[in-house]
Amino acid sequence: MQAEPREQDSLLFDPVLKTGKLYYAVLFLLICTVLWGVYAYVTQFEQGLGVTGLNRPVYWGFYITNFVFFVGISHAGTLISAILRLCQAEWRRPITRLAETITVMVLFFGAGNILLDLGRPDRVLYVFRYSHFTSPLMWDVISITTYLFTSTTYLYVAMIPDIALLRDRTGGWRRPIYTALALGWTGSERQHRTLQVAIAILAVVVIPIAVSVHTVVSWVFAMTIQPMWHSSIFGPYFVAGAIYSGIAALLLTMALLRKVYHLEDYLKEIHFDYLGELLLVMTLLWLYFTFAEYITTYYGHDPVEMAVFWEKITGRYAAFFWTMVATDFVIPFAILCNRKTRTIPGIVVASISVCIGMWLERFTIVVPTLINPRLPWARGLYFPSWVEMSLFAAFLAGFILLYTIFVKLFPIISIWEMREGREQAVAEVVDRIKSYLPEETPG
Amino acid sequence: MPRWGMVIDLDKCTGCRACMIACKQENNIAPSTQDQADRGRLISWMNVLTVVEGDYPNTRVRFLPMLCQQCDKPPCVRVCPVGATYKSTQQGIVGQIYPRCIGCRYCASACPYQVKYFNWFPPQWPDELKPPRNPDVAIRPKGVIEKCTFCVQRLQKARDQAAIEKRQVRSEGEYVPACVESCPAKAMYFGDLEDQTTEIAKITRSARAFRVMEELGTEPNVIYLKEGEWIAG
Repeated sequence: MQAEPREQDSLLFDPVLKTGKLYYAVLFLLICTVLWGVYAYVTQFEQGLGVTGLNRPVYWGFYITNFVFFVGISHAGTLISAILRLCQAEWRRPITRLAETITVMVLFFGAGNILLDLGRPDRVLYVFRYSHFTSPLMWDVISITTYLFTSTTYLYVAMIPDIALLRDRTGGWRRPIYTALALGWTGSERQHRTLQVAIAILAVVVIPIAVSVHTVVSWVFAMTIQPMWHSSIFGPYFVAGAIYSGIAALLLTMALLRKVYHLEDYLKEIHFDYLGELLLVMTLLWLYFTFAEYITTYYGHDPVEMAVFWEKITGRYAAFFWTMVATDFVIPFAILCNRKTRTIPGIVVASISVCIGMWLERFTIVVPTLINPRLPWARGLYFPSWVEMSLFAAFLAGFILLYTIFVKLFPIISIWEMREGREQAVAEVVDRIKSYLPEETPG
Repeated sequence: MPRWGMVIDLDKCTGCRACMIACKQENNIAPSTQDQADRGRLISWMNVLTVVEGDYPNTRVRFLPMLCQQCDKPPCVRVCPVGATYKSTQQGIVGQIYPRCIGCRYCASACPYQVKYFNWFPPQWPDELKPPRNPDVAIRPKGVIEKCTFCVQRLQKARDQAAIEKRQVRSEGEYVPACVESCPAKAMYFGDLEDQTTEIAKITRSARAFRVMEELGTEPNVIYLKEGEWIAG
């Protein structure tokens, strides 16, 4: 154990200041996958959306599923971070930065999927030129843009003191960048106060925005009159699902960073345990929402809805549906409800399972409805083409690529907040707890 | 203000599909390939559906010509983010602006009648069918949605003629879409539904009249006639 906190936190500078061979190998692999995706997209752009597996009536498939999925992943970051900050949860300190980074990076790929899905991507800016606000897609445009802007600001503002630390430690090409980004941070009392106020305001503002994002994403479906889309539960159902998959992605990121950069002293078992418990709560919430959604449909017994219902329960999408139930409920619940299995490896398995399950949930919401439209004669089938699968892989790789680059440019654990925790928060928490209790009467 | 509407008498329809061919000729719709058609990419603004009623041996085959229902409350118009599909106040027809459509296919997903068609590839005509072009109808590029317009180009011509003669377009007979014109069984009628004096207005008051998925409140301007209960749809 090193006594000096300064020495101790030097580990957090390592990813930024030292780079190993493995990093370049991973980078190379990711870039190759992304380039393959570029090739797939050029093919689609040149020839038309006919190179996908889409058809009539399955107008939406992989791209829209991935859009919902990626935007869902983004919910763990900024939202969780903001909630933990507002609740003054002291264990948040090593987690907030890496969570916020997920949000910012993954949102590009969420929004990017809409671009992939457009028949005329060259006209995408028409949504600003000819905006028709009756369309839920416009609500998405507004909400996601705002969310991206706010969460980027939130990530950046909370990073300023760390950027200043880097400014003082690096030379070469990095130094001018850090100097500019540090905005003249000196660490004075006044600057600290301003920073705290800014973070507090952003944390409050970002929560309703985050909730709005996946609500309006769900409304793209719910605002139509199509069977099993037109559901008033979709807003909260999607938000809960988004947070669920987001926490799983956050836990995976934490486990990976911990392993690769030896952050065992920072991302401790207790952090995984706490977030694992939160994941367990979301598992149950997911089951509750899913059950409520399907039982309502079943009892309503509208034949049009039932066609979609049976398609999922026993029909061609039964394999997807029941795998979703297994990966979204059975596996994570079995692992997380037992303290013996709620270990880091256990939580990693549960998180992978949840990510797969939530993707399947999005898929079984989008496709079976389109395959069973109201008109009983227009029926279709959908299987994604190599273009769609390649672009899914490329977008996943692209997200990881941006994340790994970010880790090389900025400390992924907030150094100043760790220090603040050590130097001030410990005393503050003691005072706070005392303030909850009756005044001690002397004598 | 006229409200253009169509009546299709299902008791007269023989399922000959002349309307489908006439529509494709009139509106410059490129023929599809077998492979693409099997994958559900066929474009056919007018689509005669075959409906089998009852179980063997008591079955009966019905035909349902399905085209854009030109709803008064169209679900597709509400969801378009750029206003590329719109309810024209002029003629009551649901319009589609090809140069503005961004190809998100939201309208196609939201339409309960499945009558919005997407251009998955650029349109292509085989050599022997070239040039099939009706100069009054735009060729749609790849990546945009298209659908039945009630042959709005014919309305435009009729309006021009009427303007020259300083009168309104006549409620019936002057402006007729290609499908109605081609129907050998005379199962299709077309005209202004607002004008109560016309033959079409009289037919719509028939006890046989119904609209597909009326319960959705889309208020279609395509009215079907059929004896007895309409089961499917």
